[in-house]
Amino acid sequence: MTGQLNWWRGGIALGLAFLLAVWIVKPIGVSTQFVVADGIVWDALSPDLVVEDAESASGYTSSNAYLAKSGGKYAKSVANPLNYSFVFVLAMVLGAWLSRTTGGPRPSAEDKIAPPVWRRRFGASAAARYTMAFLGGFAVLYGARLAGGCTSGHMMSGIMQTSVSGYLFALGAFATGIPAAILMYGRRRHTG
Amino acid sequence: MELLLALILGTLFGFVLHRVGASNPENIINMLRLTDLHLMKAILFAVGLSSSVLFIGMGAGLIDPGHLSVKASFGGVIAGGAILGLGFGTAGYCPGTGVAALGDGRRDAVAFLLGGFAGAFAFMLSYPAIKASGLLGDIAGGKSTLADTGVEAYPALLGGLPGWLVAVGIGVALMLVAWAIPRFPGNGSKPVSHGLPVH
Repeated sequence: MTGQLNWWRGGIALGLAFLLAVWIVKPIGVSTQFVVADGIVWDALSPDLVVEDAESASGYTSSNAYLAKSGGKYAKSVANPLNYSFVFVLAMVLGAWLSRTTGGPRPSAEDKIAPPVWRRRFGASAAARYTMAFLGGFAVLYGARLAGGCTSGHMMSGIMQTSVSGYLFALGAFATGIPAAILMYGRRRHTG
Repeated sequence: MELLLALILGTLFGFVLHRVGASNPENIINMLRLTDLHLMKAILFAVGLSSSVLFIGMGAGLIDPGHLSVKASFGGVIAGGAILGLGFGTAGYCPGTGVAALGDGRRDAVAFLLGGFAGAFAFMLSYPAIKASGLLGDIAGGKSTLADTGVEAYPALLGGLPGWLVAVGIGVALMLVAWAIPRFPGNGSKPVSHGLPVH
């Protein structure tokens, strides 16, 4: 696809992004912000979810045990959405849009519904692709939260720091990701 | 200041993810079904390069090791990685690339992100049960690394050697693997486009 960087140019750019982040602030991570976003919506619907608590390390706690863990650090982020990590993830949408509008790869109208590898195998039905994407998203974020991080935090930032957990995460993710992709899409490059 | 940095670094990360093709699920699926290793090569090169420069920078006193954030190892890391892999291989997105794909105007990314919110919510509800199962108990030294970071909280498995030496050794090895693995594995034939773009 035109506009896409080749592997080593892309690798240098990606490596610099991870390096700059840890040099200036901290390692990149994404999946925690799905919890924060959920917490923001949940707290809006039920305002006693996150409350101030002088006893906790962050100054906040929650009736949800996950938001309350580690001194209420997630509860604090829910109470203060304008924090570094949440704004970072929101800004990623802007960054991708900027790339697309300045000569980066541009998906076709069909690509925006389902990638070619899906359409060859399962046809152009949007409903089927959206259902699969939803179920995939559920597994990805449930798994990421169980693991304590995702591809960005564990695999990229983690292995960059030579974290043992980064290697363990990569092992688990590829051990199922590769068979899942092969079973679902086969190994043929094209069907014509 | 912190929010401005978040805006700049987040924009950069989203831009780069998109430019390298990571926000395109076609590339992720083709990497995982081992027909086009473009992203695998880019990721290995990125990690090897950033790791080498990070540890050299820390060794030279230019990068503050206090910025590091090493995650703990526990059974859930492998189990969670394996659950994530199922969605990664079928949907073709991971959390970061799904967010970036939103800026790419991809509609299936909206479905992916909604599923992600639901999955994260399910974990928030099941957390007490997961914790009681013991899956979150530390293994392999907890917040351990291979290379010595100089941070006491992060025990190094290869602590007898200089951290930069171990990290550069691993980093160079990863970059060499990135260079050596074929983009199109198998019989070496190039993919042929039949009306649909295959890069």
